[in-house]
Amino acid sequence: MKISIERASLLKAVGQAQSVVERRNTIPILANVLIEAEGSNVSFRATDLDIEVVDRVPAMVERAGATTVSAVTLHEIVRKLPDGALVVLADDGASGRLTVEAGRSNFSLATLPREDFPVMASSEYSANFSAPAPVLRRLFDKSKFAISTEETRYYLNGVYMHVAEAEGGKVLRCVATDGHRLARVDADLPAGAEGLPGVIVPRKTVGELRKLLDDDEAQIAVSVSETKVRFATPEITLTSKVIDGTFPDYGRVIPTGNTKKMEVDAREFAQAVDRVATVSSERSRAVKLVLSEDKLILSVNAPDAGAAEEELAVAYGDEPIEIGFNAKYLLEIASQVDRENAVFLFDTSGQPVVMREGNDTSAIYVVMPMRV
Amino acid sequence: MPALCRSCLATFDAGARCPACRSPRIVAHPELFDLTIAHMDCDAFYASVEKRDDPTLATRPVIVGGGRRGVVSTACYVARIRGVHSAMPMFQALKLCPDAVVIAPRGAHYAAVSKQIRALMDDLTPSVEPLSLDEAFLDMTGTARLHGRPPAVMLAGLLKRMEDELGLTGSIGLSHNKFLAKVASDLDKPRGFSVIGKAETAEFLRDKPVGLIWGVGAAMRASLERAGIRTFTDLLRWDKTDLTARFGAMGERLWHLARGEDHRRVSAHHPVKSISNETTFFEDTADPDLLDGHLWRLSEKVSDRAKAKGIAGRIVTLKLKRADFRSLTRRISLPDTTQSADRIYRTARALFDRAAGEGPFRLIGVGLSDLTSDAGADLSADLLDPDAAKRLASERATDAIRARFGKDAILKGRAMR
Repeated sequence: MKISIERASLLKAVGQAQSVVERRNTIPILANVLIEAEGSNVSFRATDLDIEVVDRVPAMVERAGATTVSAVTLHEIVRKLPDGALVVLADDGASGRLTVEAGRSNFSLATLPREDFPVMASSEYSANFSAPAPVLRRLFDKSKFAISTEETRYYLNGVYMHVAEAEGGKVLRCVATDGHRLARVDADLPAGAEGLPGVIVPRKTVGELRKLLDDDEAQIAVSVSETKVRFATPEITLTSKVIDGTFPDYGRVIPTGNTKKMEVDAREFAQAVDRVATVSSERSRAVKLVLSEDKLILSVNAPDAGAAEEELAVAYGDEPIEIGFNAKYLLEIASQVDRENAVFLFDTSGQPVVMREGNDTSAIYVVMPMRV
Repeated sequence: MPALCRSCLATFDAGARCPACRSPRIVAHPELFDLTIAHMDCDAFYASVEKRDDPTLATRPVIVGGGRRGVVSTACYVARIRGVHSAMPMFQALKLCPDAVVIAPRGAHYAAVSKQIRALMDDLTPSVEPLSLDEAFLDMTGTARLHGRPPAVMLAGLLKRMEDELGLTGSIGLSHNKFLAKVASDLDKPRGFSVIGKAETAEFLRDKPVGLIWGVGAAMRASLERAGIRTFTDLLRWDKTDLTARFGAMGERLWHLARGEDHRRVSAHHPVKSISNETTFFEDTADPDLLDGHLWRLSEKVSDRAKAKGIAGRIVTLKLKRADFRSLTRRISLPDTTQSADRIYRTARALFDRAAGEGPFRLIGVGLSDLTSDAGADLSADLLDPDAAKRLASERATDAIRARFGKDAILKGRAMR
């Protein structure tokens, strides 16, 4: 194999590959990226056995072939090469080395045979549809913060993507929760997605997927089966196993009878929460909200560290209520609001709270209060 | 060379015998009266207490440890000569020493004796850092003017008082930091008094194995060996950045220790790092009901201790020991801190469910670590587990009833298994 490739496109492909490979790995081949050159394309393939990413890049292929090298090492090298460099990758098949040449730099890397590289079994997808990148970006960006890291409830370690019935008909919905907060984000159902089986897309896959979604004009081809999900642009294909588990019936925990409505400027609110939380160094910092007519008092009282209080003007006309929250959770949901005011719907101080943006119910958030 | 008589505490210039009392128990060292960091370690503490309390045991091998299936906690020096050592499985110890007197540990009694020793140490310095019931660091810096005698004399006096007043022996290591003091106390056991001075530190460490370092166990030793590090000389060849890159924070510590440097202070108030309870079974078991009962009781014990101390933790650990003595440790970080028996149990139970196939087991343990004050513990409820709040409320009610009517006033059915 011998190819010449532009540094920028090589860096992007190898960058994606090295973030997929498992760092703490005992199987050496899984640390490698499979480079395959044929025609006028080179593909870079990396896997951790749960996720596989293939990036096809145009290149000058002098001699077709394939080999595997350490993804992390190759990435480090390419990253340090000067911008605009032309990189030549070559292996002679006999020495078991891959040479990397750019300008006056010359590297020789150990390889492993391509035959050892595990290729993810292909599967039959039961639903195929296409969605604009910004739509998927919104679905995942607004829900991923609520993904749980708790290993015991592994079925919460991802975003639940499924078809749901909303007020205006069927929607494509993403839900994530860790038991303390929940995010539910809807988008119009793309044509072809009706038969989509509900799948839990793992956290790592969500992170990798995000790299495919930066281009506003891109259309993403999505394929889903009971066990796998695939996202593809013309260049990059990301295939991932989905979490084998049942996502809980989240509908039950979203309150429907919360009537006490507070409207507040989300940015002002988030800044105030951030300010008062400064006095406490505890990991789970509790912020107390005291609501009365058109007035919200935020306070933190950390016995060993100090106390803080801030008053905010809000729109509120119901009976007074006192309720506590984890500051981090409040900040995270407030930062999801980008266009209108944040609307909070309360019940009692022990019951979960609903937050949405203005009157838009296509993205709602639920937060569990804390005892304060 | 400055010297000291361990029998009458006289100080003099080196000689083979004490000029005052003619005793041959002399300590002499060029830096003897300048060193201030000491480590006191009782000799075969549990066994010595038993021998003291029952003089008929004096010449017999005594092993303190738990039952037929337990391990040796302490072996007296008679048993040690036969090859018995602490942490050895009891059956093995009895094979080596069939005539040994095996005594079940009397924890509360040892703790009371330990308090008496602690009182003697407190007379020397306010800076005493106990490591366990039978050993402690003492920082004697600045005490020479208070006592009118150098630290070495006071420490020799401590050992003498322990023997005279309590009938127990111990060994002292005196040096210029904690690491070397601890190493020194082990050099001349029992009834030892060893000194490692600044001038001889490098020479002393040179060919010593790295296993000498407290905290370098079998696993760490193996990974050091893979890096070609066996002795302190091997360690000296590495520079700080390489060691840190390879071994993390421990690497940096190793770099300093290799040079005989240890900057940790003797601190009298050591915060508790973890709370754990474990139990060893009479027969290896894989019975899920039985194990579940143990899990609950252990979780409850850990929770009780956390509640008593007003602390809560974020990491729950499950420890299992298989019939072949292989240990499995599984841990989980919770999103917030807890001290609730219910949450500790449920978390440990989830860990257990994943490891249960590895049974049968001979030991099960539950631990709580990453501890902080309980101010923020168990405050946030769970959306997906609405009953959790009720269980927590019932646990608080149970605690209140027990506080009033005693520990057995109310029990979970689960605890009866």
